[in-house]
Amino acid sequence: MRVLVCVKRVPAPGAKINITADGQAVDTAYLAFTTSPHEECAVEEAVQLVERHGGESTVLTLGPGEAVEQLRYAASIGIDKAVLLPIDGGDWDPQRTAAAIASAICDLESADGPFDLILFGNESADSGNFQVGVRVAHALGRPNVNGIKGITLHGDSVHARRESDAGVEVYAVPLPAVFGVKEGINLPRYPTMKGRLNAKKVAVETVEPYGEAGGQQMVTLVQAAEQASQTVMLGHGPEAASAVVDLLEELGILK
Amino acid sequence: MSVLVVIEHDRGAVSAASLEALAAARTIGPQVEALTLGAAADGAVAQLAAHGAAVVHQVHHDLLADYGPEAWGEAVAQAVRTLQPEAVVATGTERGNEVMAQAAARLDLPFVANVLEVTTGEVWSISRVRWGGSLIEQCTLTAAAKLLSVSHHAFDPAEAPAAGAVAALTVVLDPALARTVVTERVERAAGVTLATAPLVVGGGRAVGSSDAFAPLEELAALLGGVVGCSRAVTNNGWRNHTDQVGQTGTRIAPDLYMACGISGAIQHWVGAMASKKILAINTDPEANMVTKADYAVIGDLHKVVPAITAEIRRRRG
Repeated sequence: MRVLVCVKRVPAPGAKINITADGQAVDTAYLAFTTSPHEECAVEEAVQLVERHGGESTVLTLGPGEAVEQLRYAASIGIDKAVLLPIDGGDWDPQRTAAAIASAICDLESADGPFDLILFGNESADSGNFQVGVRVAHALGRPNVNGIKGITLHGDSVHARRESDAGVEVYAVPLPAVFGVKEGINLPRYPTMKGRLNAKKVAVETVEPYGEAGGQQMVTLVQAAEQASQTVMLGHGPEAASAVVDLLEELGILK
Repeated sequence: MSVLVVIEHDRGAVSAASLEALAAARTIGPQVEALTLGAAADGAVAQLAAHGAAVVHQVHHDLLADYGPEAWGEAVAQAVRTLQPEAVVATGTERGNEVMAQAAARLDLPFVANVLEVTTGEVWSISRVRWGGSLIEQCTLTAAAKLLSVSHHAFDPAEAPAAGAVAALTVVLDPALARTVVTERVERAAGVTLATAPLVVGGGRAVGSSDAFAPLEELAALLGGVVGCSRAVTNNGWRNHTDQVGQTGTRIAPDLYMACGISGAIQHWVGAMASKKILAINTDPEANMVTKADYAVIGDLHKVVPAITAEIRRRRG
């Protein structure tokens, strides 16, 4: 089977996210970058599906030239091919991003044949717009379900599992299909030394992205108000246990 | 100007988030109308009217008997074409965002997810959640119908009695959309879950191994709570992802969150910040979780947690 996975390069923040002076972006001077977590699992899922069923996997990203790092990381854990849709400056809005990705997928498919499965992350860690994968699926006319934490192949359809408040929902979806997957669908592997070496050799295909700007335009980013919290110190080490249990009684947790 | 609220329900049970969406809609415009998909939701009229719905548009269709993102999204898109509301508001939940993204794709309109505040005008100015709640994006929105979802807990549900006139709305759905309707369910066993537990005992990287969670389990069980963990723990394979608290795991809101050996990276913090009180147990007094917590014990969780358990047992005799 042919599997495409679409990923986004995002900063890997620690305790606090700082914003640039012009309020246009996260200040990444001291931050590393990573693949958005749900998408890291989508990459692993694509590799596993091809290991189980044969075929070929491709990773695609729309982002700055540096996003080649995320493409190579995907290749280092077993993705076969990589495609970059390079953009300058900040993020594209979700409508524009989806239009560019859908159009690139059409180009890739007319060259090498259709993808049976296209995987997105449920939402990106940074902008969290919850829609690019859905828009791409609609543009391609393919079935789409988000929040997927399990994929099993049954002939030419897929059983996709999703968790809800009430339990687990199962969708039986015909291929080709598009899914938004969530972290927890698998535990992504770490690249081996051999994988890292192979990744360097994988050719990255570049497709010039095109999309019309959509109706949602970012103006600025601001920090969320911090809850003013004065931490009450209950003590040091095991001797603090008595103060902790006093607190549990006071809060009504220990009755 | 009417504001249409897409009501989220699971086979008839209206979600609490839907009442927040109704409250949000009332801040946008005076004429609030509700849209319910599927006959199972017909019983909700009185509740929706009490929360401000002047009209409840009911859509009945075989394909809407259970949830399906494409059928629901197409039904919302058709409702927007027929009713031509100024704005459409949905819940900022997994389903709400999914249905709105489907509708937006079909209408070729922008969709702003997880909104905190709306200022109407010639161009709408909107603030919305980024990074799971640690950053806020201010954006403008230009569209014939403004499609929004409302961030959970951003608006308080409140009663605001309105007429709740029932109106039937007809949609035409392609039978092919059955391809993404739920085909099977596994109901969750009754009991406390991470999302609903009144007490969560969380463990981070400092716990050190899968087995070392046993004292946390013991303390949680003693207090009728459950154990949660950080992303570092699930990435190490020490616990299942279903126990993960965080942006890509579960959002918790217990009365007390006991965060043991957790540094408090953004990823974890945004999943824990709705806790009513937080007690951090950490060797590092400068750890983010300690400085943000209501209470802290500075020390090694491997010694502090068993001491708390022993003290509870001692007092209970």
